[in-house]
Amino acid sequence: MDKKTNKLAVFTKGLIKENPVLVLLLGCCPTLAVTTSAVNGLGMGVSTLAVLVCANIVISLLRNIIPDKVRIPCYIVVIAAFVTIVQFALKAYLPALDKALGLFIPLIVVNCIILGRAEMFASKNGVFDSLLDGLGMGLGFTWALGLMGLIREFLGSGTAFGIDILAHLGWTPAGIFMLAPGGFFIFGILIAGVNFFSKDGAKKEFSCEGCLFADTCNPEAGDSCDGKEAKA
Amino acid sequence: MTGILSIMLAVILTNNYVLAQFLGICPFLGVSKKLDSAVGMGAAVIFVMVLATAVTWPIQYLILDKLGIGYLQTIVFILIIASLVQLVEMTLKKYMPPLYKSLGVFLPLITTNCAVLGLTINNITDGYSYVESIFCSIGAGIGFLLALVLFAGMRERMESNTGIPKCFQGAPITLVAASILAMSFMMFSGVVDGIFG
Repeated sequence: MDKKTNKLAVFTKGLIKENPVLVLLLGCCPTLAVTTSAVNGLGMGVSTLAVLVCANIVISLLRNIIPDKVRIPCYIVVIAAFVTIVQFALKAYLPALDKALGLFIPLIVVNCIILGRAEMFASKNGVFDSLLDGLGMGLGFTWALGLMGLIREFLGSGTAFGIDILAHLGWTPAGIFMLAPGGFFIFGILIAGVNFFSKDGAKKEFSCEGCLFADTCNPEAGDSCDGKEAKA
Repeated sequence: MTGILSIMLAVILTNNYVLAQFLGICPFLGVSKKLDSAVGMGAAVIFVMVLATAVTWPIQYLILDKLGIGYLQTIVFILIIASLVQLVEMTLKKYMPPLYKSLGVFLPLITTNCAVLGLTINNITDGYSYVESIFCSIGAGIGFLLALVLFAGMRERMESNTGIPKCFQGAPITLVAASILAMSFMMFSGVVDGIFG
């Protein structure tokens, strides 16, 4: 029984408590860039989810074989291979989505969520746990991106999943929410909302858990981070 | 000549990698707390961007395309960038310790900086020539430096502000400030087209 709840916790922690986007503040680039509509946000989320789960499984399988010194390049190669697969799958079956996400599909390689999970979880845990962890984190990423896409799409073009809403009410949507400033703004408001409703309401800073270079980047947060690489 | 100038102006101002294209957000938000570290990071990014472009462009056209293995682009480029950064770090450490002291700490960060990988891929998809690619990467680096330095100035003043509501302290207020900075950069859209037609 105890073991079962453990497995469940591994899966659910990424959904809300340790949501990679809204709580850990990881993977900011795709979060801001592709969330111009709910569909794009969800598409990016699912692509990342696929890469994350596959990479977690393979890295967990290889965790005793990969030498510690060259582990980062090894992780990157594994991740890049799966990104390439996803890239071609999207090109073949969902060309419209591929066009909308564009450059950000190959850039999944440098998404710090994936490298972070490889370093912090998959390299230390069994295959099944890593699979659950990848699923949980990936789903957390997906719903956060979908939510942000929905908000920006609604405010920026007055639609939700492509269905006109504001036009029926006779309101003009504010196009700026589709552009760069709107992205930063909505993300800021969302995090503030999470802070408001979370019990401790703690002050959050960028990077940290999972980021390999958190020490260099943000020394104040360094204590809670795994900064091996930066110190070495 | 005007072609190169308009490419550079576009990536510095209208298509700024950070503020318009959302590339390299992590270092933009992470290293912009103090002005001097922002300058160091920006300089290191310019350096790596130019170097990475100088190496990846010929590899794409002379090796990957010739052999018909263009699909390996993502893997090959990220490995090149990672090893280049490592190489630069070691070289600086050995031969130019003072420079290493000021730039060295930022170099490992750049490996996973999506602005560098994004730039090298962009240069290929946009079909730039070798010279255009090099200037585009200089411009992108300058744009990155500009955004970082401006934002560091804003944040230094913001840190001393005590009137921020609790739930907005830290990350949220930083993002709202970034939004305002991005808005001011939107003003430039159309300027480059207006100059170069």
